[in-house]
Amino acid sequence: MSKYSIFSLVKGAADGHMKWPLMWRAPDLKPKYDVVIIGGGGHGLATAYYLAKVYGIRNVAVIEKGWIGGGNTGRNTTIVRSNYYYPESAAIYDFSLRLYEGLSQDLNFNIMLSQRGELTLAQSPEAVEIQQRQVNAMRLNNIDAEYITVAQLAQLEPLLNLSPNSRFPVLGGTLQRRGGTVRHDAVAWGYARAADRLGVDIIQNCEVTGFKRNSLGAIEGVETTKGTVLTSKVGMAVAGHSSVLAARAGFRLPVSSFALQAMVTEPVKPTVNTVVSSLMTGVYISQSDKGELVIGGMLDRFPSYGQRGSFATTEAVLAGILEMFPCFSRLRIMRQWAGIVDYTHDSSPIIGPSPVPGLYLNCGWGGGGFKAIPAGGYCLAHILATGVSHAFAEPFSLDRFRTGALIDEAAAAGIEH
Amino acid sequence: MHYIDCPWCGLRDESEFSYGGPADLIRPTLADDVSDQEWADYLFTRDNPCGEHHERWVHTFGCGQWLRLVRDTLSHKILRVDVLRKKQNIFPNITDERGI
Repeated sequence: MSKYSIFSLVKGAADGHMKWPLMWRAPDLKPKYDVVIIGGGGHGLATAYYLAKVYGIRNVAVIEKGWIGGGNTGRNTTIVRSNYYYPESAAIYDFSLRLYEGLSQDLNFNIMLSQRGELTLAQSPEAVEIQQRQVNAMRLNNIDAEYITVAQLAQLEPLLNLSPNSRFPVLGGTLQRRGGTVRHDAVAWGYARAADRLGVDIIQNCEVTGFKRNSLGAIEGVETTKGTVLTSKVGMAVAGHSSVLAARAGFRLPVSSFALQAMVTEPVKPTVNTVVSSLMTGVYISQSDKGELVIGGMLDRFPSYGQRGSFATTEAVLAGILEMFPCFSRLRIMRQWAGIVDYTHDSSPIIGPSPVPGLYLNCGWGGGGFKAIPAGGYCLAHILATGVSHAFAEPFSLDRFRTGALIDEAAAAGIEH
Repeated sequence: MHYIDCPWCGLRDESEFSYGGPADLIRPTLADDVSDQEWADYLFTRDNPCGEHHERWVHTFGCGQWLRLVRDTLSHKILRVDVLRKKQNIFPNITDERGI
């Protein structure tokens, strides 16, 4: 497997781009692994990569039902940020953003991180007050949040509707300059290629159908559509399908699955400079390098495993976008889709042991899983390798729902994230 | 997109309704012997099935009545719509009829 560099690029061009080596192997499933990871999305692949690189455990399989990065990793709106209110959240999400900042070099794969800034509009006097309070809290947590005025907003986003007569007049906003976007497929591919180079087997088109347990109830292996694999440690990173796999292992989770939609318009010249989001309407927009406007919004508010989304929500999301940018009303939507996101009651993730010994969880990220991929993978790898939770993951245990130590970002953020 | 056949109003658009949670959650009896785990299970733990799901909906922008649906969470097919009757009381230990 060759390292990408200016020299490999020149050589690839000289060969007419016909002789690039495959980015990862397609190995057969071995009968036994040290660790099996279920789910070949960003979190699963990152877990495998950090297990191999940081913790030296290379006899690892990533088992993916479909193709890698084909679930929520390929369905999100590619936004990264760490402007969270609670210290526990700020710590883990900023850890993730710091890992993203070095990831292209680390993986030898360009993830196209673009720190264009993440903007959240304040559209009521109450929102101004709470956002200023949140900015202060974030700055105490060493997050680069700042409160900005309407005049600054006009400079940052010239097309933004700043009319005092609009339905939800913009009175200010918060900005995290380190926030931005990442090429989402590149995250899956980069982690997959780097993990594969370290010896990890990536098994695609293979579904985990059950778990083998010993007389004490601990994990002995997993049953898959390609046969049984023996292992004593399993990491589960399957987002919206966590409850389905938990049921196969005989337990339930404090998680509900919802469809979260996204859509893109036809490509246009550069128009939106940052990631702009509105707490009032719950929608957000950014522009991809191809020029498409990438739009996301609120959940379809009923449990769903159908990766489509209702038209009623599509319409509400687009109405929110036009409130911010009326000039986009003539653009055509090219594609619309949904990912199945797993929400906990406090909108914070679950990372740590499950009720089944040997089975570890990484789930409950809701609509905010993409930005957390490096940290989620790192923390799951840590507990798989050492048996104890990483300091950043400790507050996010499954047990917090029993003890009541919730980290209520659902209330603090006021938006799906 | 769902069309829900409200027993009072007929076939109506999904956007008129609000989802109101799983249908068969039983609140633990208010007594000292309810463990933290039982409370947590009642408040937070969900079956969250991929497939048939029994759930409550309310016709918010219609008759305002509560309904009990059997709905497939993958195909979004609605298999059954019932009126949520008092005999399906979700607070069996509370005698007040308004407890529902």
